[in-house]
Amino acid sequence: MSYILEIKGVNKTFGGLHALADVNLQIEEGETHAIIGPNGAGKSTLLNCCIGRLIPDSGSVTFNGKNMIGMEAHDINHAGMVRVFQTPEIFPDLSILDNVMIPALAKRDGTFTFNPFKKMADQHDIHDEAMSILRDFSLDDFADHIASSMSRGNKRRLELAMGLIQHPSLLLLDEPTAGMARHDTNNTIELLKEMKRQHGTTKVIIEHDMHVVFSLADRISVLARGHIIATGTPDDIRNDPKVKEAYLGESEDE
Amino acid sequence: MKISIKSNLIIMLIFITIVLSAPIWGKVIGAAYPDLLQKFAIFALFAIGFNILFGLTGYLSFGHATFLGVGSYTAVWMFKLFSMNVLPAIILGTLMSGVFAYIIGYLSLRRSGIYFSILTLAFAQMAYSLAYSVLTPITNGETGLQLSQQDPRYLDALFGVAVSDGLPSTNFFGLSMSGYSGFYFCAVILIIGFYVSLKIFRSPYGLKLTAIKSNQKRMKYTGFNTRPYLLSAFMISGMYAGLAGSLMAVTDPLAGAERMQWTASGEVVLMTILGGAGTLIGPILGAVIIKYFENIFSALNTAELHSIFSFMPKFMENIFVFITNPFVGDGWHLMLGVLFMLVVIFLPGGVLEGLGKVTNLFKRILGFKSTKQGASKGESS
Repeated sequence: MSYILEIKGVNKTFGGLHALADVNLQIEEGETHAIIGPNGAGKSTLLNCCIGRLIPDSGSVTFNGKNMIGMEAHDINHAGMVRVFQTPEIFPDLSILDNVMIPALAKRDGTFTFNPFKKMADQHDIHDEAMSILRDFSLDDFADHIASSMSRGNKRRLELAMGLIQHPSLLLLDEPTAGMARHDTNNTIELLKEMKRQHGTTKVIIEHDMHVVFSLADRISVLARGHIIATGTPDDIRNDPKVKEAYLGESEDE
Repeated sequence: MKISIKSNLIIMLIFITIVLSAPIWGKVIGAAYPDLLQKFAIFALFAIGFNILFGLTGYLSFGHATFLGVGSYTAVWMFKLFSMNVLPAIILGTLMSGVFAYIIGYLSLRRSGIYFSILTLAFAQMAYSLAYSVLTPITNGETGLQLSQQDPRYLDALFGVAVSDGLPSTNFFGLSMSGYSGFYFCAVILIIGFYVSLKIFRSPYGLKLTAIKSNQKRMKYTGFNTRPYLLSAFMISGMYAGLAGSLMAVTDPLAGAERMQWTASGEVVLMTILGGAGTLIGPILGAVIIKYFENIFSALNTAELHSIFSFMPKFMENIFVFITNPFVGDGWHLMLGVLFMLVVIFLPGGVLEGLGKVTNLFKRILGFKSTKQGASKGESS
């Protein structure tokens, strides 16, 4: 089994706080890997270290055999690692359609293309692709709406659509269903499963909702106070006494 | 308010009609003389270019007059050295300001927001001092760069253009660039400039620039290298300014350092915001409004105010003249300040937003269904 993403001995401190302490994690090609852990465990920091938003103090992040540390955010995106943000990072002033067309343009045009004399209205391939993903997320009725006018749940789904339209080889999802209604959460789970069936996309998911985690994850890693305390299949994790003590028990009661 | 007309052709036809008929509608508002109409066209071009940077990417440059000055100086040097034909002057003026824009943009775009604005302002002030004192051999300092009879004009000499007695005048292959022919030349350039801006606004490139304004961080994580996008937009808008500057030299062949003053940079910011930043025709509207008001109000004086208010009783007349006097003549900038303040406070989308609101109001009064989408777009753009 080849590893698509390999995190080795990553350390990150903020002042006196040891956010990540010697984290090792291997993500296998094609799997859906969930990272769970209490608030402040370092989950988001770990993702940030992968996509170049933060630079770890030590350790390495290797994606498809290439070292990712020090690479620019846009190059990491084109290497095939795409992140979906926890608080929606959409383009608030643009229409929903434009919001999904832009990542599609990035995929097609690369980091920089100077094409001021092409007509946006003629970009049929991008337009069709965008409309089809909006349909998948039942956002097509709102295609002309300005993104900032959307409900929080719709913004989250838009955020997800923006990640998916790039067909990344590794998708990093930071709490994709937080703030969604139950019905939308279930839809999202179905969409992610469908995506796996169609494209075999590898996913790393940070999630608090155990329902989402156990319906999607092939493997789960538990992060607590900067350490990975367990990695295994959902059943292993469910029965791991350490995990129960650190996290799972209290969360399931919620 | 965004233009909701889909077809570029229709927009261009409307625009061309309005621009070329300026001498006719100019009569109605009392602006039908070539000097003022030329100013309208030149500053509209300047504002269109500024809007490509500020309106699309949201980067507020406070030093765009630099490129105006570079364009002017280059054009006058072309007149002095090579030919009184305007074509080489405007081409080289545009290219030269493109080079300057590349250098200034490359350095300034390392920062964003207010720091970017301050950097561009600093570069503009540097350029101004250079032109004013340091580079006197090139710019002729305080006096300004002027034509003289002794200028070599190698190309003209080569083609045996007859040397006139007085100072030569600029021409476009023999067509003198004074009066209405000068205006029509500027108008044609304005139409081309508007067309290019229209294409940019509706291209994928333009969409990406707007996306940078909306959320630059996300653009990076989406896989775009935003630096070249910003730099190219900065260069395009600098070249527009250079073109406008060289047209100034075409219509009046001299160049002075005051053209690079920070007030000139501020003026184009006012024009763009006043008309409606990020819209296609807003900046043009802003440029025309400001130049028109400048023309009317700066020409008024106390005596004329007395005659305007002469229909009132004498004491009322005196009070009104006393109140309005500081706002006219040299004090017309006070007037501009008040106007600008009112627009920013009540119509953040500029005059164009105001027009949109008025049309919607009329539609409602006349019983049409008010287009809800149009209203929401008006607020957003």
